[in-house]
Amino acid sequence: MRLLNRSAGRLSRHRRGPLAGLLLLVIGLGLTGGLYATFSPAQAAKEDSQSMKVEEGRKLFLVGCSFCHGQNGQGISTIDGNQLGPSLVGVGAAAVDFQVGTGRMPMAQPGAQAPRKKVVYTQDEIDAMAAYVASLGPGPSVPNASDYSLDGLSEEERQAAIVRGGQIFLTNCTACHNFEGSGGAMPRGGYAPKIRGVEPRYIYEALLTGPQNMPSFSNGNLSPEEKRDVIAYLGSLNDETGYGGFSMGGLGPVAEGLFAWIVGIGGLVGFAVWIAAHTTRSSKKKKEVAA
Amino acid sequence: MIDHSDKLPELAAEEPIPNPGLPEHQWRPTDVDEKAEKRAERQVAALFGLSAVCTVLFVVSYLAFKVGDEWDSSLGLGASNVALGLTLGGALLFIGVGVIQWARKLMGDHEMVEMRHPAASSQEDREATIAALQAGLEESGIARRPLIRNSLLGAVGLLGAPAIVLLRDLGPLPGDKLKSTIWTKGMRVVRDVVGTPIKAADLEIGDLVNAAPEALFPTEENGYPEIEGVELNQQKAKGAVIVVRMEPTELKPGRGRENWDVDGIVCYSKICTHVGCPISLYERTTHHVLCPCHQSTFDLADSARVVFGPAARPLPQLPLAVDSEGYIIAQSDFLEPVGPSFWERDSKDIGDQGEADL
Repeated sequence: MRLLNRSAGRLSRHRRGPLAGLLLLVIGLGLTGGLYATFSPAQAAKEDSQSMKVEEGRKLFLVGCSFCHGQNGQGISTIDGNQLGPSLVGVGAAAVDFQVGTGRMPMAQPGAQAPRKKVVYTQDEIDAMAAYVASLGPGPSVPNASDYSLDGLSEEERQAAIVRGGQIFLTNCTACHNFEGSGGAMPRGGYAPKIRGVEPRYIYEALLTGPQNMPSFSNGNLSPEEKRDVIAYLGSLNDETGYGGFSMGGLGPVAEGLFAWIVGIGGLVGFAVWIAAHTTRSSKKKKEVAA
Repeated sequence: MIDHSDKLPELAAEEPIPNPGLPEHQWRPTDVDEKAEKRAERQVAALFGLSAVCTVLFVVSYLAFKVGDEWDSSLGLGASNVALGLTLGGALLFIGVGVIQWARKLMGDHEMVEMRHPAASSQEDREATIAALQAGLEESGIARRPLIRNSLLGAVGLLGAPAIVLLRDLGPLPGDKLKSTIWTKGMRVVRDVVGTPIKAADLEIGDLVNAAPEALFPTEENGYPEIEGVELNQQKAKGAVIVVRMEPTELKPGRGRENWDVDGIVCYSKICTHVGCPISLYERTTHHVLCPCHQSTFDLADSARVVFGPAARPLPQLPLAVDSEGYIIAQSDFLEPVGPSFWERDSKDIGDQGEADL
């Protein structure tokens, strides 16, 4: 105390009393808050981490999600009957992990499509929000790596899984996502996103939860093994040897034909016109003519 | 000096402005400058030489690189592909560029004028041609020998018959094959490709199943007969269905279709009624399914009513039920033909089509 008073006195000899008290107050408050922040939540997390996570998730939810999804995740309807944000009761942790983990949520503005963009939350925050949304009603949980990996299968079983996955993919997925997973157009300005190179966990979660307008492929629809096989097939597409050339997004023969006609043949026509239009002429006359 | 004015038609004397004639011909540098001419000659020869070098390099690179090896080693592409493409392309391109250079710099540079003349032949030519034809007819004696003439006409006329007879191969008429599919009462709806039956209780709201009739996956257990070849492909094409589950409250069943769903699970033909594309671009929030071929859109919550596009009629609905084990089965075959319209199709009233009526 004497030391504090002395240092305060150095600063202002005329206002010794009040400043010392104020400084003391600030230090005292800072110490108390700092100690509380350091020790108290850590102890509580040890005691009841799950309910703390849900509570932390609820706080994040109230700040980042409740404007569209409602303060209790019940969804909000606009006055003309459209949905601002759908109800999140029963969508499960998998839906949150997919939507927030791929940056689709929070959306910049409501619209036909929730595009994949930069992720704004850390994985811990996403987990907390997932825990909160999962507490609203039973729904699919975040899958484990073992659900979608082929580890532990023999080479022959892996090949069989990839072949089966390919058949299931071509039957159920190609209608919207294109035969090599490049995505495609959907009604009213929407599109089915490209699914090549997407992390297996997010593909699995998308199948389970049916994000936005995509139909879901619950475990009663496609069994977990079938989902695993589809993911294995998509992974095998990345390992395929490419022999170069322009893939043009794998959008199919129409896009390629359009490219050949407009860029290829158009370029040739332009070149031919250029050749015909350029000739150098001389103002000189032929010598024999002049002579 | 080359003068084209002798080829121009005589001008009327009373022309108000004097005919300026053709402008004087401007020569190319290679025509008036011997150095430029030599240079152009060397350029053309050099281009042809480059082409020859490319051809040799093509053969060398064909032998040097193995096709398919290290497919991304140069410019992200295979060394073999890059080398073969560049050398062969160069060989052809340099010949082309050389020929164009030759033609434009060195070959003759005369301006030609060709006057228009009437399209009809002259009177003498016409008379001579007609005389020759007449002489030919006279010599062949086609007018004097009706036997030959008539038998020739008959033979040529009969040649039309094979063309008509071959039309028969377009048939036979399909009969009532278009009106029924392989679906029967009590047949299980199974997942396409995998062939496993679907439990109604396992499907969640928003699920879409691309499904098929169980008879296409015969096993000893289900006892369906083996079918193969053309028959199998036809039944596959006609029997394909999509099964979706939605909130039962969102479903608006059509007249007489009140018990065709199982707790919000409905089943429709997968074959578009416009020109028969298989469709399964389903949007779970709107319950619309879109045909990628011509953008026909059907509302599965409302008896697959056409909400957009060229399709003239809704997708046929398959009435569903569940069997004693809880698996989804068909109540019967489709009650109308699946797929696109055809002439003999029963054109009963398909009800209010809303916007699609317009």
